[in-house]
Amino acid sequence: MVPIEQAKEYPMTLEQARKRFPQLEETVYGKPLVYLDHAATSLRPLEVVRCWEEVSFRKNANLHRAVHYMAQQATAAFEEARATVASFLGAASPREIVFTPGATAAANLLATCLGQSRIEGGHRVAEPYIGAGDCLLVAESEHHSNLVPWQMLCERTGARLVVLPVEEDGSYNLTRLEEALKAAPKLFCIAHISNVLGLINPIAEMAALCHRAGCRVVVDGAQGIVHADVNVCEMGADYYFFSGHKIYAAPGTGVLWARAELLDELPPYMGGGEMIDHVRWEGSTWAEPPYRFEAGTQNLSGVPTLVPALRLLQELRGPEMLANALAVRDYVWEQLLAIQGLRLYGNPSDRSLKVPIFSFSIEGVHHEDLALLLDKMGVAVRSGQMCAEPLMGRIGVTGMVRASFAPFNTLQEAETFIKSLHKAIGMLR
Amino acid sequence: MDSLEEAKAAVVEQFSLFDEWLDKYEYLIELGKDLEAFPVEHKTDEHLIEGCQSRVWLDTELRDGRLYFRADSDAIITKGIISLLIGVYSGRRPEEIASDDFSFVEAIGLRENLSPTRANGLSSMIARIRAEAKAQMS
Ligand SMILES: Cc1ncc(COP(=O)(O)O)c(C=O)c1O
Repeated sequence: MVPIEQAKEYPMTLEQARKRFPQLEETVYGKPLVYLDHAATSLRPLEVVRCWEEVSFRKNANLHRAVHYMAQQATAAFEEARATVASFLGAASPREIVFTPGATAAANLLATCLGQSRIEGGHRVAEPYIGAGDCLLVAESEHHSNLVPWQMLCERTGARLVVLPVEEDGSYNLTRLEEALKAAPKLFCIAHISNVLGLINPIAEMAALCHRAGCRVVVDGAQGIVHADVNVCEMGADYYFFSGHKIYAAPGTGVLWARAELLDELPPYMGGGEMIDHVRWEGSTWAEPPYRFEAGTQNLSGVPTLVPALRLLQELRGPEMLANALAVRDYVWEQLLAIQGLRLYGNPSDRSLKVPIFSFSIEGVHHEDLALLLDKMGVAVRSGQMCAEPLMGRIGVTGMVRASFAPFNTLQEAETFIKSLHKAIGMLR
Repeated sequence: MDSLEEAKAAVVEQFSLFDEWLDKYEYLIELGKDLEAFPVEHKTDEHLIEGCQSRVWLDTELRDGRLYFRADSDAIITKGIISLLIGVYSGRRPEEIASDDFSFVEAIGLRENLSPTRANGLSSMIARIRAEAKAQMS
């Protein structure tokens, strides 16, 4: 097998890619399934399920805790995943990788710990990073998972939350960010790619501005990891997190990355087994990161699936797959814009910023009706507020329809989607 | 006017004419489009049915011992569903409505063919119609 860094050059064909996902063969209501809800969760490929099976059947034991052979095997599989994730993200070391149950869990860990006394030299002494009177800047298009934990942090600490408004076309204006930084926020929270707008945000430029103003940057990578090349060091983020289930791995897996010195200062999140150094009645001392944040029995069957999942993610970025993905994106984009009364959210003039996540609404047609009819035609799309209620309010809608594509969705599937959409609109108007 | 049993049987029969769920939806959409216009001033929170993903309003009037319903929704299929319900129950005595089991909804397979959130919405509509009837029972 080629090393994971080079998997991108591996010439996977569209046909080979589709064979990895048995669900692509499903029919619903007697029609072939066209699954266009990848932004909610990806399909599960054979190699991930096989990995889960292999670990469950042959390497099942609790991690780190025993000297026996199986415990070593299980621990090795788990730690291999950590090393793979670190290399995939361009992290400085595997010890910067914390496993969590998902993106939401990672955001909550961070938001909780940043509001508690920091650790210095192994002792819990220093002031919390976020305290009363501090300011947090949150981008307007955030998923509730990168918004509500920060609101809760503000409630607990008496910090203040300020919103960075999104522009009409779905982008963020750097001058506006500079303006907002004048209020000296200590944290800027933004998605690498919004799950609604589907645009790659200029995190590197934003992080440079933030750091100059003494503000740390939290990046929600739940969609970014799916569609963009991520190198956390080049990006300049301070914290980056994502869910495994959106990149083909087992549900219940997730990653929080932070620069080593930032993890070092974070106090523990949950107390329990493995996260401690010593436990005594008069008080306990904490393990080093990342174990400090991994209390209790970990997702020992799920986490190792990140290895085949990330490899596949890379393979799906090979030349043939990339060409297919671009052709599908451009076709859908053009066809949607040609529909009378359709409003596409996240429609940038710089085409390279758009990933194949298309959220839209159609004049005179309710999003729920549209999604329901599409479903009956075999096309699975999302409808509703997409866990981004403030953004819906800003745009002035009660919901939208979202079609999100994977690199292995074919042009034919895209055509079925567009045809079905026309038919559904015809029925509803 | 048909009896309640006859009205329900007619709906069940109408639905059995369609093989495909898409055709059943087409029928619901037509029902929704044909629904009598609902006065804007009645679109108040008081008339809004809680628990539906799309907004649904229900207005009830008691005349000569019978309940008359009017309804609206911003989603047309939902509007078709509430239209189906009030088509069956409007103009009947409160006791009759309150004691009915609404099981014809199961007979046409409506619930299984809705998303879970819409199925909840359907339950909320039924609960509201029942509650309105109970409130008017003498
Ligand atoms: C941008 C974004 N952030 C956060 C999340 C939350 O992910 P999860 O539900 O897997 O924790 C999602 C997925 O729904 C998302 O799209």
